[in-house]
Amino acid sequence: MRTRTLVKVPATARRGEVVEIKVLVSHPMETGFRRDRTGGAIPVDIIRRFECRYDGDTVFAADFHPAVAANPFLAFTTVATTSGTITFEWVGDNGFAHRESAEIQVE
Amino acid sequence: MSWRHGLAAALVLPIAALADAPAPGDRRSGYETMSPALRAMQDDDVANPGMLWVLDGEALWSTRAGAADRACADCHGDAAESMRGVAARHPTFDPRSAAPIALDQRIERCRVEQQGAAPSAPESHDRLALTAFVAHQSRGLALGPFDDPRLRPFVDAGRASFHQRQGQLDLSCADCHDRHPGRRLAGNVIPEGHPTGYPIYRLEWQTVGSLDRRLRGCLAGMRATVPAPGAPELTELAAYLAWRARGMTIETPAVRP
Amino acid sequence: MSMRPGRRHFLRITGAIATAAMVGGPVEAQRRRGTMRELEAAVRATVGEGPIVEGRVTVEIPALVENGNAVPLTVRVESPMSADDHVRAIHVFSEKNPRPSIVSFHLGPRAGRAEISTRIRLVDTQTVVAVAETSDGRRWSGRTDVVVTLAACLEDA
Ligand code: HEC
Ligand code: HEC
Repeated sequence: MRTRTLVKVPATARRGEVVEIKVLVSHPMETGFRRDRTGGAIPVDIIRRFECRYDGDTVFAADFHPAVAANPFLAFTTVATTSGTITFEWVGDNGFAHRESAEIQVE
Repeated sequence: MSWRHGLAAALVLPIAALADAPAPGDRRSGYETMSPALRAMQDDDVANPGMLWVLDGEALWSTRAGAADRACADCHGDAAESMRGVAARHPTFDPRSAAPIALDQRIERCRVEQQGAAPSAPESHDRLALTAFVAHQSRGLALGPFDDPRLRPFVDAGRASFHQRQGQLDLSCADCHDRHPGRRLAGNVIPEGHPTGYPIYRLEWQTVGSLDRRLRGCLAGMRATVPAPGAPELTELAAYLAWRARGMTIETPAVRP
Repeated sequence: MSMRPGRRHFLRITGAIATAAMVGGPVEAQRRRGTMRELEAAVRATVGEGPIVEGRVTVEIPALVENGNAVPLTVRVESPMSADDHVRAIHVFSEKNPRPSIVSFHLGPRAGRAEISTRIRLVDTQTVVAVAETSDGRRWSGRTDVVVTLAACLEDA
């Protein structure tokens, strides 16, 4: 599939509020342990790294191993500091790279 | 202990009155027997991986394709209006083939005849994505009523095959889904077997799949003959299951273990 | 998948029975000592030597896991998450997966809370361990035991 993502960031927040962020990305997270119908090993093909930046600063990151479920889901938090852009980046095997962003308004 | 014994042990428990399908109003979706964690995964659109397919279907809906270079949206406009309720009446009687047609087959017909696109395989990504998107427009609506008299003979044929003992285990669908829902089979709760959430995101598949795929899985488990994807026998079974579930709420995209 | 339909079903059901018969037996106990050693080695390879104190870390997995392909996991660490006292990283490990490392999270005071949810793969009933590294250089751990149901009636046709 073309890479699809679902991202949930509150549109507005109070300064200093801890907000929850949820992200879901389409990816098979092929473990490298499976075999195809002819018995051949299916090579590993996973997302290796996820990063969330808030106004340019990395506020959360994750390193994935093959035991992260297909179509990786993450829910984490960040402190609302300033109005701006939150970006999400997934990087993996075989040149996989995908970026997404969301705006947050902080009062 | 053999496989036969395993199944027998699971099923030869007090045979509850040899009941037929649960009465309308008394039926429970597979959703209700899932753990709270899995229900939460289905309920939260950002956590439900099936929504990734819906999203992809939405993009396909407005993408021009095929020799005609037309998008679904060019003819059908806003899917939220034009496709609302469409999944609730599929499988529907198709006068042209004088047989029931499932939603994905109806979509495929538009792809091939209206868009002039190359035919797609039943479990192909685009077909699943479009079907998930179209069916999602009916989420929350009641299935049915499937009262077209022309559909009736096919529903009856589907009912007969649902009750037919088949395969090496000599089991019928009804043995599990009418007589023993709620029982555990090797740790899994046997659901009533309602087609309310399709296409579903199935954890076992780690992807989205069709009702056909689900039915073929159950048939393989019974060690019965497994028809090819899209075979008329499967559409008849699907027509019966849909009729049997009439009035139940559409959940697409559902999550199942 | 690789195996013939039916065959896989067979394995799953006999597997379930075999597991049931084995729980608590001496063979199983022996095997678990081995798998826990592998987990330990993976923890050391990730966070290095030095004390790891049990506590502050909660690993939350639902009591009932219907399918090991996508197991909901939440890890939580008690921490003020301030500039000078916060969690820097949380690493999650499996006892019985083919590779013990599952996922690592990197965070800091701007997270506000040290609480993360994701979905993981677990091949079997087992122990899941999380190790947190705090800004003062200390390490904390938490664990939970997970029962993974073997799926039924579900070969890919
Ligand atoms: C060139 C115009 C055209 C295009 C393009 C087109 N369709 Fe159709 N579609 C039709 C017509 C005409 C019908 C029949 C309407 C009727 O029976 O009332 C139809 C019927 C349908 C139905 C059945 C609706 C019902 O009420 O039962 C579905 C579902 C559908 N189309 C989906 C799609 C999808 C998905 C696409 C894109 C992949 C698509 N169509 C592309 C013209 C089109
Ligand atoms: C041996 C018992 C057994 C038999 C026989 C059986 N099934 Fe199933 N079926 C199950 C179990 C168990 C599940 C769900 C558990 C799982 O995920 O594996 C299921 C799931 C289903 C579902 C999915 C329901 C949902 O919530 O999405 C449908 C539909 C279904 N079966 C239809 C059938 C049909 C039709 C037949 C006959 C061709 C059949 N089953 C035969 C045990 C059985």
